[in-house]
Amino acid sequence: MFVEFLWVLLLGSLLGFELIGKVPPTLHTPLMSGANAISGITVLAALTAIIKAGDNTALLLLGSVSLGFALFNVIGGFLVTDRMLAMFSRKPARKENR
Amino acid sequence: MSDLLKYSIELVAVLLLALGIKGLSKVRSARGANQVAAIAMALAVLGLLISYAGEPSFNAQAWTWIIGGTAVGGVLGAVMAQRVPMTSMPETVALFNGCGGMSSLLVALAAALYPAALDATGPVALVSIVVSVFVGSITFTGSIVAMAKLQGWLSTPPWMQSKLRHVFNIALAVAALVGAMEMIRNADSGTGLWLLIVSSSLLGIGVTLPIGGADMPVVISLLNSYSGVAAAAAGFVVGSQLLIVAGAMVGAAGLILTQVMCNGMNRSLVSVLFGGALGASSVAGGGGGEYTNITSCSVEECALTLEAAERVVIVPGYGLAVAQAQHTLREVTRVLESAGIDVAYAIHPVAGRMPGHMNVLLAEADVPYEQLKEMDQINPEFPAADVVLVLGANDVVNPQAKSDPDSPLYGMPVLDVQEARTVFVVKRGMSAGYSGIKNDLFELVNTSMLFGDAKKVLGDLLVELKDLGLGKK
Repeated sequence: MFVEFLWVLLLGSLLGFELIGKVPPTLHTPLMSGANAISGITVLAALTAIIKAGDNTALLLLGSVSLGFALFNVIGGFLVTDRMLAMFSRKPARKENR
Repeated sequence: MSDLLKYSIELVAVLLLALGIKGLSKVRSARGANQVAAIAMALAVLGLLISYAGEPSFNAQAWTWIIGGTAVGGVLGAVMAQRVPMTSMPETVALFNGCGGMSSLLVALAAALYPAALDATGPVALVSIVVSVFVGSITFTGSIVAMAKLQGWLSTPPWMQSKLRHVFNIALAVAALVGAMEMIRNADSGTGLWLLIVSSSLLGIGVTLPIGGADMPVVISLLNSYSGVAAAAAGFVVGSQLLIVAGAMVGAAGLILTQVMCNGMNRSLVSVLFGGALGASSVAGGGGGEYTNITSCSVEECALTLEAAERVVIVPGYGLAVAQAQHTLREVTRVLESAGIDVAYAIHPVAGRMPGHMNVLLAEADVPYEQLKEMDQINPEFPAADVVLVLGANDVVNPQAKSDPDSPLYGMPVLDVQEARTVFVVKRGMSAGYSGIKNDLFELVNTSMLFGDAKKVLGDLLVELKDLGLGKK
């Protein structure tokens, strides 16, 4: 199990290194913000904690607060990235009209 | 059956996340890619809920807590994302990022306190918990400090700028290590856990606090990479492969982005992290001092010069963003363009407070993309420019960076505005920029200062230009 997880970690890291080669400076802020939203994937861990908690109120509480923080990151992150990128998306259309 | 479904959903989610990150690095595909990543995230959550559907502990009570956490976090996040002004984007990313780190920290804390309930027993789980707590704490406090510094709520206390801070930080790192060892040696003792949490939280503050404002974007990017690592560690704790992959991807991609940003600013990551605030540590290194030879001028003079110009280059900086003057600026340039004057915008890689930040602001004000010129593109064009209008930018137009090897700015890529025939600098006062270094540009004979808030000056300029008959069809 553990070795399997290590493989997953290794391959995931390699994938991440490969995905971003050249980024125009224009996109640094949106890319950072988008990647940041993805790092809120800890919602999965928080949900697991809540589901496995049973009747343990302290665990339920910890899981729930963790879920709140993670979702704040995810939903806020994706929406704010979309808001930024919406401003760029008008521009290629204009270019094509020329 | 359920397993097959779970694995298929997870696989699709990973694929979509990878496509999302990939697409975010191209202008054309970026917006769609962000939506793809959001869908992938929703899928991942759905897959998880399905895979636990049969569990007896997944009952109404669990649902109540899930809905409670979702409602609070989701609504706050959505409201924040809609309300926050574009100018405070860097702070916002830092805040979101800190919360991601906090989430990993809390999950790891839960696993440390109740290992049996979460099946987080054994050496692997313990080490994962330690890593998750350590990185999560640093990410949280570091991001919050970064946000507070960008908002201007916090400034660096003097002792944090001295060499003493390295001693302080090393001591904290050692304390965190002791806590970690104690946790692994004796899983039941709470002492190690709390020592680890407290010392790594303080370490996050100690490392981020001395870093100067201009370097903050790099730090936020690095902390973003950390929050990916924290998520991957949390994946080991709860045994979720999807979490490990996604966390590792963000961690690695964040590291690459950090490197790209460092290159853009001609700074090495090491000097960003350990060099401290530029100006603060190196005021004695020359470059300070009073201004002697300043020419200031009125808005009328500026308008007259602009009217006679053929080619105008605008250099927008953070002052423009703070004054929310991008729309007024757009009005001014429309008037100039209608009079047949060629207008371009010179965008320094770190204009605004974060790479790409200024592009976002100008796009918001409807400035055509083709007029935005990057530094390497515009620098050879300055000698041909009649007028350069510097709006709230300072360090990025400091010629010292090229001429004075003793200057702390030396080597930083700058815009060669002094090559233009006339330079107008709109600035609120004679205060120094982020680096705290005197700007030689302001003393040059072809430079005139226009003091005032960028928005007000541009508004007055617009009136003057219209009085001169420009912009009338």
